[in-house]
Amino acid sequence: MDISRLKMLSRDAWQTDGAILFGSRELISEMDEKVLEQITNVASLPGLVGKAMTMPDAHWGYGFPIGGVAAFDAEEGGIISAGGVGFDISCGIRCIRTNLHSEDIESHMKPLADALFRSIPAGVGEEGKIRLSVAELGRVMREGALWAVESGYGEKDDLEYVEEKGKIEGALPECVSAHAKNRQLGEMGTLGSGNHYLEIQIVDEIFDRDAAAAFGLEKGKALVSIHCGSRGLGHQIGTDYLIELAKAAKRLGLILPDRELACAPILSEEGRRYLGAMNSAINIALANRQILAHLTRETFKSVIPGSKLETLFDVSHNTCKVERHMVDGRERKLHIHRKGATRAFPPHHPDLPERYQAAGQPVIIGGSMGTGSYILAGNGGNPAFASASHGAGRAMSRKQALKRWNGRSLIDELARRGILIKTRSMRGAAEEAPGAYKDVDRVALDTESANLARRVAHLSPKICIKG
Amino acid sequence: MGEYGYFEHDADIGISGSGKTMEEAFEAAAMALFAIQSDLSEIEPKKKTVFDFSENDIEFAFVMWLNRLIYEAKSAGLAFCRFSLERKDNLWHGEAEGEPWRENMTRGVEVKGATLTCLSVKQEYGIWEARCIVDV
Repeated sequence: MDISRLKMLSRDAWQTDGAILFGSRELISEMDEKVLEQITNVASLPGLVGKAMTMPDAHWGYGFPIGGVAAFDAEEGGIISAGGVGFDISCGIRCIRTNLHSEDIESHMKPLADALFRSIPAGVGEEGKIRLSVAELGRVMREGALWAVESGYGEKDDLEYVEEKGKIEGALPECVSAHAKNRQLGEMGTLGSGNHYLEIQIVDEIFDRDAAAAFGLEKGKALVSIHCGSRGLGHQIGTDYLIELAKAAKRLGLILPDRELACAPILSEEGRRYLGAMNSAINIALANRQILAHLTRETFKSVIPGSKLETLFDVSHNTCKVERHMVDGRERKLHIHRKGATRAFPPHHPDLPERYQAAGQPVIIGGSMGTGSYILAGNGGNPAFASASHGAGRAMSRKQALKRWNGRSLIDELARRGILIKTRSMRGAAEEAPGAYKDVDRVALDTESANLARRVAHLSPKICIKG
Repeated sequence: MGEYGYFEHDADIGISGSGKTMEEAFEAAAMALFAIQSDLSEIEPKKKTVFDFSENDIEFAFVMWLNRLIYEAKSAGLAFCRFSLERKDNLWHGEAEGEPWRENMTRGVEVKGATLTCLSVKQEYGIWEARCIVDV
């Protein structure tokens, strides 16, 4: 990206027409020009409040850039956009702390990896062991992770540490197509494919001792991170409403610079229906990660008796959520689109669990399978409607990555570095090569410098089940 | 029979299909999409799925065709390898053949959906080409 076209607001914030891009000169310069084009397009949508923004991990998406954040006010003609949420609605990360040390993981590497690979359905063509009826799926769409816990998948304490306490209000299953429901019946408790993973990680550096203590993080302790979303149901809702909202936008006279920004006024019938369907998918994603957390817990106990796994936090990064934010000294009810961006509530936010009141919300930046991940904490004064980076962010296309890396060689190379990868897809492994991503250390540092969130701990990967 | 290929996109994958007719281009693009998920040469055309849909806009029809195939494959647990499409005005009749996933099949990456990004359906010098980004 030609950074000379942007006005420098600070070392980590750059402004253009209606938009702010967060990140250092180094990261912004490496971004594709399309990121700028896409976020400028987002800034032109009706009812935008403040600026459209990109996080330091932003990259070229479809319609919205990945790493895009935009707030809209329903009362001022604000829109809701299917393209602003994405196909994998409520994709996110469940982070679980364990009572195990790195030596415990080292001494059980292969049996633990093999057992997780057997118990967690992962990759294209894989189904879960749970088969729901359409009626039961309706309950999941309304009750989310609460349904999962009440059905025996997990512990009630888990819900305290899941966004919305595991269940978002406003789900309207009647706005979800029969195709979307049918696609989900055999997909509960599955990881999916692409950049989805289940990873066992070791805390190897602590940056903020107080927040780390609040989050239960200790150097040398093992964590589990599960990255996945709303599976087939969410994908189909994205598919259904992309076309429906694109047609609605045309009918309602909304001039869109890119059809992928398919949207409708929040207060229109189409907007109401998409919001209800999207909330149904959020609950599916929360339930799905709850089931996967339960399967992981059971697997750990079977391989390492005495294992104790507790949910640290569960946060989504492809959503549109109704939140209250102060804008120009006035509290406003806004619809915050975060596409490839994580919510990052500050300390003392009423929606945070008691345990995290002083520290702020745990924010998880999932890295690539070879470089590590970060846990951060939400800050007061966040300039992006309490949002932060969600991952390392791709630096290279999948096509380029396939040309450059061979899946088998990459897995062998990582094994020599002590990282065990289990996957059914060599193509997927090559596409997800660590070198295809941005420098996650830089992303985390820029996230902190821009006051989007502050670094708490760095995690290094040990075992990765790739979708 | 048409030809298929891929083009660059940072996060996802651009697919294209070309042929002497629009339908042939759409069929070729379907090959591009399903070759991301598996090795088409390993799949036997043992089961056939047929479906109809209606759409006036040829670009929306292209995305609907691809997304309908994704739905049919996912809901039936099939890997597809052969595709056929017929059009009469705004009515489209699609067919796909394949087989259930087997343990020893080559696994690629799952395609979540076809998007409206970089979407185009056009004819140049007598050859039709259809393209878009698919989300993986």
